[in-house]
Order: sequence, then C-alpha cells, then structure tokens
Amino acid sequence: MEAKLQTTGLNLRYGQFHALKDVNIAVPPRSITAIIGPSGCGKSTLLRCFNRMNDLIESVRIDGQIKLDDVDIYSRDMNLNQLRRRVGMVFQRPNPFPLSVFDNVAYGRRVHGMKDSSGIGQAVRNALEATRLWDDLKDRLSMPALELTPEQQQRLCISRLVAVEPEVLLMDEPCSALDPIATGHIEELMAGLAENYTIVIVTHNMQQAARVSKQTAFMLLGDLVEFGPTNRIFTSPADKRTEDYVTGRYG
Amino acid sequence: MRLSPATSQKIAVTGLWTLAAVTMGVLLFIIAYVLAHGLPYVTWEFLSQSPHRMGKEGGVFPIIVGTLMVAGLGVLIAAPVGVITAVYLTEYTREGKLTAVIRFGADCLAGIPSIIFGLFGFVFFAITLGLGLSIISGALTLALMMLPTIIRTTEEAVKAVPRAYREASFGLGSTRWQMVTKVVLRSALPGIVTGIVLSIGRSISETAAVMLTAGSALGLPQSIFDPARTLALHFYIMSREGISMSKAFATAAVLILAILLINLLAYWIMRRFVAKAR
Repeated sequence: MEAKLQTTGLNLRYGQFHALKDVNIAVPPRSITAIIGPSGCGKSTLLRCFNRMNDLIESVRIDGQIKLDDVDIYSRDMNLNQLRRRVGMVFQRPNPFPLSVFDNVAYGRRVHGMKDSSGIGQAVRNALEATRLWDDLKDRLSMPALELTPEQQQRLCISRLVAVEPEVLLMDEPCSALDPIATGHIEELMAGLAENYTIVIVTHNMQQAARVSKQTAFMLLGDLVEFGPTNRIFTSPADKRTEDYVTGRYG
Repeated sequence: MRLSPATSQKIAVTGLWTLAAVTMGVLLFIIAYVLAHGLPYVTWEFLSQSPHRMGKEGGVFPIIVGTLMVAGLGVLIAAPVGVITAVYLTEYTREGKLTAVIRFGADCLAGIPSIIFGLFGFVFFAITLGLGLSIISGALTLALMMLPTIIRTTEEAVKAVPRAYREASFGLGSTRWQMVTKVVLRSALPGIVTGIVLSIGRSISETAAVMLTAGSALGLPQSIFDPARTLALHFYIMSREGISMSKAFATAAVLILAILLINLLAYWIMRRFVAKAR
C-alpha cells in the first residue's frame, strides 16, 4: 500500500538538543497509526513535523525528507496554509476558540475563503454530524463553545478540523484531559473517522494505542525503535526496548 | 516577641483595610467636594449656552464640543496606531534589540510631563506643519501622549491570549493575519478597550498640552482646523484668572461626570461584547 505520509532520514534539533534521530516511517492511508513512548521521546515533535507546527518554534533545525502523497512538504513551493488544511491537528487540551459553536466550526472554512452562508451552514452541519455532535447542539449553535463539556469541546475541535475536509488528522494525546468514559467515546469516534481519514495519534496510554490503532510506532530518546502492526508490537516485539516498555518495565 | 499567625493575620487585614479605606475616602472626598460646589451651578443653560464676558456668565457648550473633538480625534488617531504597533511588537517580530528599544521608548514617553508634549506639539504641529492653534494640533499632541498607554496595555492583553488559540488557528491553515484579527484581537478586546478608556480619561482632563496646541478660543469650533478650549483648560482659566469660582466648579463637575459617563459606557460596551463572545 502506498504511504500517505513518509519520512526519510528525518533529523530535528532544538538548538543543541537532538530530538529526532534519523526517523524513517511510512504511515499508511485511512487507518490509525499510534506513536507511543515515554515523555520526551520525541513523539509529539514527530507529529508536529507532519503539519510543520515546529516552524513556529525558534532554533528548530530539520534535515531529511517528509512526503505527503509523494510531495516533499518542506520544499520551497509548499503552501503552508494549504498543507495545514490537508493535515489538521487535534491538541492535548480541547482548545475551542472563545466564539460560538457555529463560528468555531465555520472558522476554517472562512479562513480558506468560503463566503456563501448556506455553504458554510451545510459544512458546519456535516462536520458536526461527523463527530455526532449535531443532535445535541443543533439548537444551540450560537452558544459559547467554552460552555460545552470537555468531551464536547474535544469533539468540537475535531469537527472544526473535519469542516475543512483534511486528509490527515494528527492527534496529540487527544484524551489526556478527558475522563475514561469520554475517552471511550472519542476512541469510538476515531474508529469511525478512520474510514475516511489517515489518523496519527500520539498517546501516553498504551491500552489506548492497543485498542484503537492498526499499527504502532515505539519511540525512545528520539529514535524510532520499532514500527509495525499493533498486534505484533504488543505481543511479540522484535526489540528488547519495546518489550520492556510495553510490558511496563519502564516509562 | 513572635505574633501568632492569627494575630498577624488580624493586623494585616486591619492594616490593608485601613489603607484601602483612606485611599477610597480621599478620592470620594475630592469628587464629592467638587460636585457639591459645582453641581448647583450645572443647569441646562450652563450646558447649552455659549460663555459671555470671558466665561463669567453663560455656559460651556462650545467648550464641551471642543473637548469632545480634541479628545475624540486624539483617540481616533492614537487607538489604531497604538494597537497596530502593539500587534507588530507581539506577533510579527521576534524579541530582540529593536523591540526592546521600541518598548523602552514607549515607557519613556509615558513618563514625560505633558507640558513638554505641549511644547513639542506647539513647535512641530502648530508652527512647523502650519496647523496653528487648532483642534487637529491638540488631537495629534494628545495622540502622542496616549500612545504609550495604548501600546503597553494592548501588548499585555495580546500576550495574555492563550497559545492554544494561536496553535488551533495555525493548525487549521490560517495566515498569521487571520489569526490576529479573528482570534487574538477578539479575545484581547476587553484589555485593549480598558487601555483606550484609560487614555481617553487622561486626554480629556489634559490641560497643559492642549493649552499650547489647541488654544483657548471660546467660540464654537466649526472644523478641526479651528482653535478650541477644553473643559480642563476652561476650569484652569476660570479659577486661575479669578473670573468665576462658581463657573470653575461647575466646569469641573461637568468634567468629572463626563469621565464617569465615558467609563461606564465603555465598560457597558465591553461587557456586552464579552458576554457575546464567551
């Protein structure tokens, strides 16, 4: 299967600190790929390479190649705004804008130049249906997003992404601010979304990786130690370090 | 001797309460004193008529108009310039020598006595640019005085906008400008408005700087190139030149009420906006 995202010899340094060491990974399309590893192993940093969020940090140096559908995303003629439209991100803490529910979901569409209000209305509805928020919120679209529950807020953040019709969803520990029940709901939602989107999720929670993902990458100290089908990573890891981590010996 | 925690707590609370009460008391006394001496003379005629005999008789209508024009025009000039400067400093440059110099400059400007601004405005706007003693000269001078406050308060308000909002906006593929206008300025608005209101208060009660730049004409200004007199200056002239203490206090009362009204209005607008956004 052709990879959706592929890195070749990816190295990233924050000043002197070598955060990603020669990472090679090929993320298949329309499935969930989990990145696990202890804190500081570089998993969030890797995730943030895929939509070039690291560009916002000073003193970052990146070598190597990252391809989205065979196009180098660090090439000079890459349009950053278009890239981030195609590769969207869900953050650790739900971060809806201090706007209404409707304006949150419409934000991306408007930013990308959509003006016609019935089109925006339809896009908002579709996006809220995709995250199963529509039935709850259809009569309260003008309520402030910050008054929603944390789970609804995180769903809203996912709707906000879905509204711009991305191809890849990057999720940076999307459930770490949620309780177990809400976490379960979001995981169900992810499983549904994986039919249409390529999802890459960074998680601290090994059970979560085992539950939702089709393939898992294990990272340690900036190295991609092992990458393969989730089932195999958790049952018969090839590397001793992976085995130690997934069996809870450290991390 | 060591005090028990409960005793020191009691002493601290009493001390803080007393100091706060003294501060508030002095403030309220000043306002009450001015209003008590001024309000009896604030009649509809006082508000709606032109002054006669240099202000000894008649009202302050042209002076109210002049004050609103000078301060209003000053804010209209200073607010966009100040907000844009602050946005540039916080969102568009990396912290460095240049931003440090601009910030230092703004802080120094804030500490310069207003008479110096007046002198500069007189020499530069009134004479060099040929604007004469006029509302526009006064407004430009007041704008310079307001800038540091507006820049600094806007900067603080913009910096307080959570990073998460910026990341979310960038993450959706917005440009920096879209992020600034649609998210950052919106959530920083209450802070920005507070800064602008503070500087309106300062400029409306400014005396020395407008005396040297807007003049002290008593007629009703017809355009921004006419000279005008502001309420604070009128008060100064009424009392300093011994024209009429009752008119002076009445003017002061009007000035205080005007500032109160502007503040209330601004907070009302702000609360409505915040209620809508949150």
